[in-house]
Amino acid sequence: MRIPVRHITLVAFVIALGLPQLARAQEWNSAGLPDSAIRAPKTNAAPAPMRDIAGIWDAGGAGIGGPGYESPPWTDWAKQKASTFKPGNGPRAVYENDINDPLSTVCDPTGFPRQVLYETRPFQIVQTPNQVLILYMFERRWRVIWTDGRPLPKDPDPRWYGYSVGHWEDDNTFVVNTIGTDERSWLDNAGNPHSGDLKVEERYHRVNHDLMELTVTLDDPKAYTRPWTPRNRMPLTLAPVNFDMMEMICSPTEVMDFRKNISDRTNNK
Amino acid sequence: MKVLCAFLFVVAVSVPVIAHHGTASFDTSKVVTLKGTVTDWIWANPHCFLKFDAKDDTGAVRNWAVEVSNPTDMTKRGWSRLSFKVGDQVTVSLQAVKNGAPIGRLTKVLLADGSQLGGGAEVGTAPAPAAARP
Repeated sequence: MRIPVRHITLVAFVIALGLPQLARAQEWNSAGLPDSAIRAPKTNAAPAPMRDIAGIWDAGGAGIGGPGYESPPWTDWAKQKASTFKPGNGPRAVYENDINDPLSTVCDPTGFPRQVLYETRPFQIVQTPNQVLILYMFERRWRVIWTDGRPLPKDPDPRWYGYSVGHWEDDNTFVVNTIGTDERSWLDNAGNPHSGDLKVEERYHRVNHDLMELTVTLDDPKAYTRPWTPRNRMPLTLAPVNFDMMEMICSPTEVMDFRKNISDRTNNK
Repeated sequence: MKVLCAFLFVVAVSVPVIAHHGTASFDTSKVVTLKGTVTDWIWANPHCFLKFDAKDDTGAVRNWAVEVSNPTDMTKRGWSRLSFKVGDQVTVSLQAVKNGAPIGRLTKVLLADGSQLGGGAEVGTAPAPAAARP
C-alpha cells in the first residue's frame, strides 16, 4: 500500500508541532543538568549576548569541590586560626565523629567565598538595572552584587556573604569584587581558613550562549603567603529556562538525626 | 592524549558521593554484603541513610545504618524518597566503619524485585592521609 505524500507531510507537520510542546514540558525539583548536558561540547553554540549573564547555570560535579583545595603556604596567623578546624577532607582529615566543620555539623551558613568554592550547585543569575543577584540552590541563599558604581565600604562590619560590587570588564566578562567576609566561615572542606581582610575577585566570562567560565582569585595576605586561584575557568552550562531548582538546605533537625544515627557512632578511639 | 583528556574530564565532572566528609572512618578496602529487612529510609541532608535489620555470623540481629549522599546527588542517580519502605527485603553491599559498629557507606543495594541501585561509594577509595600539614 502506498501512503500519499500529502499524508506523510501532514504527519510530519503534526509531529513538528508536537515536539516543541514536549520540549516545553515543565518539570519540578531538578537536581541539576544530566551529565550528558554538562559534558556536551558547546563550541557550536550561538554567540554570547552582550552584557548578559542572566540564567540558570550548572557546573555539574566540578562545582562541588568536596575534597577542598591545595592552598599556598599558610601564614602563622592562618596556622593558629586553623588549629581548631577539624575538617573531613584534605591532608588534615579527621574521623567523621570528630569533624567540626560549622557548615556540616551545626548548619552555620556556607558563607563567602565558600559558596563559590564548595557545593556550587546550580544557581540563577538575575540582572536588574542596579544589581546582579545570584540565587543559589545550595542552602537556598542569595547574594546581591551592586552595579550602581558605588565603591566598596570602608572597614565594614563582617558579613557571612561579604559586600560585593561588580562591573563589566568587557561585553562578555562580569567581574565581582568582594570584601568584608566573616572569619568564622571556612574556605573549603579541607579546613583552609580566611581572614576578614580577604579580597575576592570572581570573573564570570560568558564564552558563548551556552557556556560560561568562573574564575575565583583570593588575596588574603594575613592568611596566605600569596594570592591564589582555587577556581580557574570552571565551566558552567546554561540550563533550560524552565529548570526548577531542588531545595538543598542544611536543617539542624536533619543534621542531629544524621549525627545520632551515623556520625556519633563512627568513633574510632 | 585525547583519551587521557577525556578520562580526566570524566573524573572532573563525576559527582562525588560523599561530598561533606572523607572516608577516614570507613574500611574502604572491603565490601560486606548483607541480606536484611528495611526498618527506615531517611531522605535528608547532609546524607540519606538506610536502616535495616540483618543477622550477623552468630545469628544475632543487628540494626545497620548505611549512608549514601544527599537527596540531590541521589536523585541524579535514580534514587528517590520512595526507593524503600519499611519491611522491604534488601541485599546491601557496604563498606563498614573500622570500629565494628553496624554503620557503613552503601556501595549498592539489590531490591526484592531484582532491581539494583548504586550507592556510589567505590571499593579501594583511599582514606585521606592523616599526615600533619606542613
